Amino acid sequence: MQFHSFAAFIAMGGHGFYVWLAYGVFLLVITTLVVDSHWRRRRILARQARQMRREQVAKPGGRVVKGQSFQEAGESS
Amino acid sequence: MWAFFHKLGSPKWFFDIAGRCIPWFAGSSIALLVLGMVWGLLFAPPDYQQGDSYRIIFIHVPSSALAMSCYVMMAVAGAIHLVWRMKLADVFAKAAAPVGAALTFLGLFTGSVWGKPTWGTWWVWDARLTSMLILLFLYLGIIALRAAIEDPQTSARAVSVLTLVGVVNIPIIKYSVNWWNTLHQTATFTLTNKPTMPPSMYLPLLVMLLAFYLFFAWIVCVRMQNEILEREKRTRWVRELVTPATARR
Repeated sequence: MQFHSFAAFIAMGGHGFYVWLAYGVFLLVITTLVVDSHWRRRRILARQARQMRREQVAKPGGRVVKGQSFQEAGESS
Repeated sequence: MWAFFHKLGSPKWFFDIAGRCIPWFAGSSIALLVLGMVWGLLFAPPDYQQGDSYRIIFIHVPSSALAMSCYVMMAVAGAIHLVWRMKLADVFAKAAAPVGAALTFLGLFTGSVWGKPTWGTWWVWDARLTSMLILLFLYLGIIALRAAIEDPQTSARAVSVLTLVGVVNIPIIKYSVNWWNTLHQTATFTLTNKPTMPPSMYLPLLVMLLAFYLFFAWIVCVRMQNEILEREKRTRWVRELVTPATARR
């Protein structure tokens, strides 16, 4: 351990502002990359699921199971 | 050999392999990032000249190094895409570009913040810094070009060509510190010489380098999977993958 106290660690020998600014922005950027990549996944899957539901409803007579009304098929898919 | 090459080009095959690798990439990169940062910030000795400001090196060098190798990988992918029309190569190029841009920004930003206490200035228009700024503009140009052309095949080809042309900048960045007089110090690591630092400083740097590569692999795999889902959304396997999500609503 190079620092005698927590305050000395934060001060970084007088260069605290620069060191913590660099590390802060670094953590911000890599966290953004992780969050953005996973949010995209959720958006893509949700959009695709919506699209597939719409197709099933739109198909004339298509996926509608016998004895089931048009609306029911749309909702339960 | 050709069977393997063919498989490698199959989006579904890659999607499954990537899915299996992602947890390992994620876990090991986070663990090594924490280890490297704690080591670099708390345990590595201060520099005899720069004091503690040099601790920025542990994020500056890996960001910049990876920003450059990411570009080279994209250029190789661009060549593969142009020659063999391999879809997956273009998927990689598209997924990696924003990550490379982010890393280049980090390299420039951390360098600037390190330069202020060390050189007394945030920025100088010297060879290393300027060529690195050009790398950032190349990344942004590549992303913009892809967005500007609507036809996916045309845009993929245009992006591949631009990426290949821009690769000339990489050796310029690499050797700028040797070719021109610059404030920037020369390379810390080379293949032929001993590192210019003691192990107590370069070991945490190596840990951070490895962590960055794993982090890059993680994020690029996730983004490539996203891109594959988007491109293959008409195929049966993607529809089957989405079906459980449909049932839940």
